[in-house]
Amino acid sequence: MPKAIALLILLFVCRQANAGVIHVYPGKGRQIQNAINRSNPGDTILIQKGIYNEIDILVNKKLTITGISFPIVDGGSKGQLFVVTHDSVTITGLQIQKTGRSSLTDMAGIRLQNVQYAIVQNNKLYYNTYGIYMQNSHYCTIIDNMVSANSVDELNSGNGIHAWKSTHLLIRNNTITGHRDGIYFEFVTDSRIENNVSTKNVRYGLHFMFSHRDTYINNQFVDNGSGVAVMYSKYVDMHNNTFRHNWGDAAYAILLKEISDSKIMHNLFIKNTVGIYMEGTSRIDVRYNEFKENGWAMRVQASCDNNSFEMNNFMSNSFDVATNGTMMLSVFKNNYWDKYDGYDLDKNKIGDVPYYPVSMYSVVTEKIPTAMILYRSFLTDVMNQVEKVMPSVVPDQLKDDSPMMKSWKLK
Amino acid sequence: MNTIVKYVALDLVRNKIVLVYTLLLATLSFSVLSIDSNTSKGLLSLLNITLLFVPIISILFATIYFFNSIEFIELLLAQPVKRTRVLLAEYTGLASALCLAYALGIGVPVLFLSPNMAAITLLVSGLLLTLCFTAMALLIFVLFKDKTKGIGAAIIIALFFSLLFDGLLLMFIYSFSDYPIDKPILGIVAFNPIDLARILMLLQLDVAVLMGYSGALFKKFLGSATGSIYAVTCMLFWVIVPLMLSRRVFKRKDL
Repeated sequence: MPKAIALLILLFVCRQANAGVIHVYPGKGRQIQNAINRSNPGDTILIQKGIYNEIDILVNKKLTITGISFPIVDGGSKGQLFVVTHDSVTITGLQIQKTGRSSLTDMAGIRLQNVQYAIVQNNKLYYNTYGIYMQNSHYCTIIDNMVSANSVDELNSGNGIHAWKSTHLLIRNNTITGHRDGIYFEFVTDSRIENNVSTKNVRYGLHFMFSHRDTYINNQFVDNGSGVAVMYSKYVDMHNNTFRHNWGDAAYAILLKEISDSKIMHNLFIKNTVGIYMEGTSRIDVRYNEFKENGWAMRVQASCDNNSFEMNNFMSNSFDVATNGTMMLSVFKNNYWDKYDGYDLDKNKIGDVPYYPVSMYSVVTEKIPTAMILYRSFLTDVMNQVEKVMPSVVPDQLKDDSPMMKSWKLK
Repeated sequence: MNTIVKYVALDLVRNKIVLVYTLLLATLSFSVLSIDSNTSKGLLSLLNITLLFVPIISILFATIYFFNSIEFIELLLAQPVKRTRVLLAEYTGLASALCLAYALGIGVPVLFLSPNMAAITLLVSGLLLTLCFTAMALLIFVLFKDKTKGIGAAIIIALFFSLLFDGLLLMFIYSFSDYPIDKPILGIVAFNPIDLARILMLLQLDVAVLMGYSGALFKKFLGSATGSIYAVTCMLFWVIVPLMLSRRVFKRKDL
């Protein structure tokens, strides 16, 4: 056994010895591309501090490209910057800025094209159309990057971290602001999104399409145009995320469309227009979440089935739940609702009468949005009270039979 | 005229009901604002209190006060003073006393505990409501000879604006929901000062976005400066029109 280890170490040292280091200094012409052209696979390219005006840098060998105190690679709004077409490339410590903008190609700061095991770490990507673009790439790691832009509309902007037809990605500790979508996943499976902060993006903080078996945990989605959208996916786990102030005329914390077999747990929803919007979802577990000060905590459309909502806290929301029909095939159980005014005679901490989370006025506004003009008028308060005493309009299947008397201590 | 205003106002300041009204509002606003850590929610509760109490108390108290001071008015009219002067002086005195009560009761605690734009809007809309409903009370006073009938009319008007109007509006919205009725509704709302005050206030708070969610027009129009000006102008009309009408009626009234 020790022999084997010694041999391994020897092999490793040999490899290291083979790898050369190429220093790149600012100067005229394509300094970085030239360095890459004359390098051997396995080399390290050290880019010294300075400004490099280069576009379409093709990385077609296994290289480690490292910047020393963030040299600036500037595309001058003309083309793409790094295009990686070989496996196991590492890019660290660069400031990559100002890609071009085109309607034919998605111009990216770093494009990973048909590669595996690439690492993009600790870079700053400013004012790019797309920040990091992964295309048919697998086992890539995107860590500790700062991705920002100043997009104003959806048409002329790209995504911060964009992944298409990829698997096994790890996206961790990135900060993304001002792009169209903070993180965009299309046909991406078995990936993890961890500890990222996605704020002030024009459209979604995180956008999932046709992406199965993905997990996102401990992320923060703040102030995005319309929150997070998860569509047409299966087996998505959403844990411990914070959704804050996704506040606007058509904003959601999470928009779920055609999702099944997923879990939403231990998340915090504060001050969103809609906490969770669900349409055509099946078998989703919504547990241990806290909904606070949202316009609507949840909008569960009648097309959803077999979802379960258990042990969540609903506090100070304008409306707890809204729905568009009378049918409800999901289960509400053991939630805490601050608007619940029932009693608990047997002292088992569970209310003795069911709670109907859909208020009369919310039914009315769902049918006729114009009626919102009467929001907070005395009449609507009276209507809600009357309905509470004698329910006739609210969907009677949508109820919590065992509402909690005290809020859950989550987190 | 100033002398009359002064006497009316002095009489009212000594009046226990105005004092109780002030204290009631002050207690409510202090308790609501200090219980809730979220001042935006506190302001919403205060808005509810304003919309519920201010119209009915203003109109009822003002009607009763006008009818009670009929002898004083008759005495004044025996003097060489113009009729309209006496009437407007009565109105000014009473309205300023009630406005003072509101400003002290709600305005001071609110500006003290959460001084922001929403607080100022709450104060302005409350004051405008006071002026509107006092003006309506004056109209009731000149139209009816009998005090009981007058008080009945006052109650009906207050109920109409705070409850019935919205009910009818909701019925209208229901029956015509298939049509683009956003714009007509903006027009109809102008016929109810309580709705105007409510919308004016709501648009200052975060919940305004709920309105935008349903009808972009509401948020776009009412949320802009034009919307606020529209609401305030309509409310001012609700002060001026009843005043003008009562002046006309009172000029020819056989006392």
